[in-house]
Amino acid sequence: MSGNFDPLIVALCCNWCSYTGADLAGVARIQYPHNVRIVRVMCSGMVHPNLVIDAFTSGADGVLMCGCHLGDCHYQEGNYKAEKRAEAIRLMLADFGIEEERFRLEWVSAAEGPRFAQIVREFTEQIQTLGVSPYRTH
Amino acid sequence: MKGEEPRIGVFVCHCGTNIAGVVNVPSVVEYAKTLPDVVYVENNLYTCSNDTQERIKQIINEHHLNRVVVASCTPRTHEPLFRNTLREVGLNPYLFEMANIRDQCSWVHMHEPEAATEKSKDLVRMAVAKARLLEPLLRRLVKVNKSALVIGGGLAGMTAALAIANEGFDAYIVEKENELGGNLRNIHYLLNGEKPQAELQRLREKILQNSRVHVFTGATIGTIDGTIGDFRTKLSMNGQSTEIGHGIVIVATGATEYKPTEHLYGQDDRVLTQRQLEERLVSNRFNNGNGSDQTVVMIQCVGSRDDNHPYCSRVCCAEAIKNALRIKATSPQTHVYVLYRDIRTYGLKESYYTKARQQGVTFIRYQEAHRPEVKRNSRALDVFVFDPTLGMEIMIPADLVVLSAGIHPHPENRALAQLLKVPVNAEGFFLEAHMKLRPVDFMTDGVFLCGLAHSPKTIEESILQAQAAAARAATILAKDSIEMEANVSEVLDASCDGCAYCVDTCPYKAITLLEYMWAGQVKKVVETNETMCKGCGCCQATCPKKGVLIRGFTLDQIQAQIHAALGVA
Repeated sequence: MSGNFDPLIVALCCNWCSYTGADLAGVARIQYPHNVRIVRVMCSGMVHPNLVIDAFTSGADGVLMCGCHLGDCHYQEGNYKAEKRAEAIRLMLADFGIEEERFRLEWVSAAEGPRFAQIVREFTEQIQTLGVSPYRTH
Repeated sequence: MKGEEPRIGVFVCHCGTNIAGVVNVPSVVEYAKTLPDVVYVENNLYTCSNDTQERIKQIINEHHLNRVVVASCTPRTHEPLFRNTLREVGLNPYLFEMANIRDQCSWVHMHEPEAATEKSKDLVRMAVAKARLLEPLLRRLVKVNKSALVIGGGLAGMTAALAIANEGFDAYIVEKENELGGNLRNIHYLLNGEKPQAELQRLREKILQNSRVHVFTGATIGTIDGTIGDFRTKLSMNGQSTEIGHGIVIVATGATEYKPTEHLYGQDDRVLTQRQLEERLVSNRFNNGNGSDQTVVMIQCVGSRDDNHPYCSRVCCAEAIKNALRIKATSPQTHVYVLYRDIRTYGLKESYYTKARQQGVTFIRYQEAHRPEVKRNSRALDVFVFDPTLGMEIMIPADLVVLSAGIHPHPENRALAQLLKVPVNAEGFFLEAHMKLRPVDFMTDGVFLCGLAHSPKTIEESILQAQAAAARAATILAKDSIEMEANVSEVLDASCDGCAYCVDTCPYKAITLLEYMWAGQVKKVVETNETMCKGCGCCQATCPKKGVLIRGFTLDQIQAQIHAALGVA
């Protein structure tokens, strides 16, 4: 099944930039697809790769990880660490037979509501093109 | 609460029509009742109202709730309020979780009520899943250094520093230029006849005479470390460096006047900015012997309200009218034209707009698509403008063209933002925590903002905002100690095998490796320093054995939310 199915996407958003950016999209009433479920974390650097892999093996069609732009991290360098872990996550995805396009790391500042909405739009379309995750059971 | 079975209460907010206008709140309530460990659910018109806070307290007691979930808006603004309500009734404030069904559902899926309702149920399920795993946390206390760092010695910075000093606290002003005053140094008279330079002089004297205000001019900031209550900043002045300790920071770095690249500015010395015109007017260099029938054309919105700077600079309309009236007062025969897009002389300044028209200043509207053009001929400057009322282009021969250059953010804002870990908006101005609820705070505790660093504004508005920032700062400086967030790292000794991967990854050097003898063997384990830890969680994402976690954001708690999002148990 592919095309216009309703993907389930988990977004891990850092408190200081990207979660705030998502709030701003709301304040500005910018409409975006309803497929994303946001989990607030304090920093993209606190997301263990196992959490992302577990999300996929638990049935997520896509996982979006969002942090502050490089240099803007509230904790100095958490997003640089997230960037390195993203490389590890992509390698692990191959082992699990999951297309690496199902995972995306993006930087969204507290002022970038429109950018957050645009990323959600693009990513949702991308996942729709990829089709249902092989791990999704319902 | 430890050891007790969770008893969760869920409060679903209508937020007037903000949520209930899109999301089917009663169906979210019915759904929440089916979730595990949820023992009480209700909906409220406004969950954040005082009445509802009292009601939540009463319900916590009646139903012996030990966890609370509020499904409403963003935790960024409202979590502190609800946590405090829990605390007032004797429940640990960390036994609280929010589902952001307004910013993430009703506001962004306005035309899909069913999808927004289903998503709201998912967000409530995720919040409940996390709430089941929450544990009570204790906040540690940090002693407050009762002094303020004010970055920027312009009007806003000086006003804030004096206000703080008058409250009885020390204030350190750091100014990169060699004297105080900032942009105010260039403003010589106001529409109402006031003389800002005299006021600036008075302010400087007050600051010099106040033993609580310490001024560093010609100074730059190297680093800013620490957190609310206990910051340490390294300054350098004339090659010498100093370190100062302070409890709060006020950002008052000002802004700059746009240096136009259009309308022959910089190529023809008959094209000026309003600020340069003002200098000529006050130093009597306006009438330079060109005869009495001079024509001055002012062009508004230069470097404002365009693609690169979409905002209004707020002061230029009044500034143009101020200078036009001054010209008319000194040489009534001079022709003054103001080419504008919209005149925004808001508040009581509107009467000066009327006065300018009465005195013969000609206002001609132009449209963004047809910006005026300035061309040079052998004798004068020709200004072409398409007048939408006449429906045709007109040409005005001008002796002087004055550009109302916009207010642009300081180019160094981004560097300072990175030092302080605070955001700037898309244009490069500093961004407050919330436009209405926390207008002079940053999201980062203990850091405040005022003046042009925040957005274009008038002198009066800068003064008011500086006083507001100082008042907010005083709420912290008045305390002897302040509670820190409890979301910091904790080592689980049983799981830690001392591999020390977390030691290197910690940006704050808050983790150390311990080695000790136990039962005749060398044991290794890490230890975290809670005062140095800021809770970023780089350690927990690095640990291969779940041996270190961030309280309130543990891997298990995050995983429970993800599983709930995906509908798996």
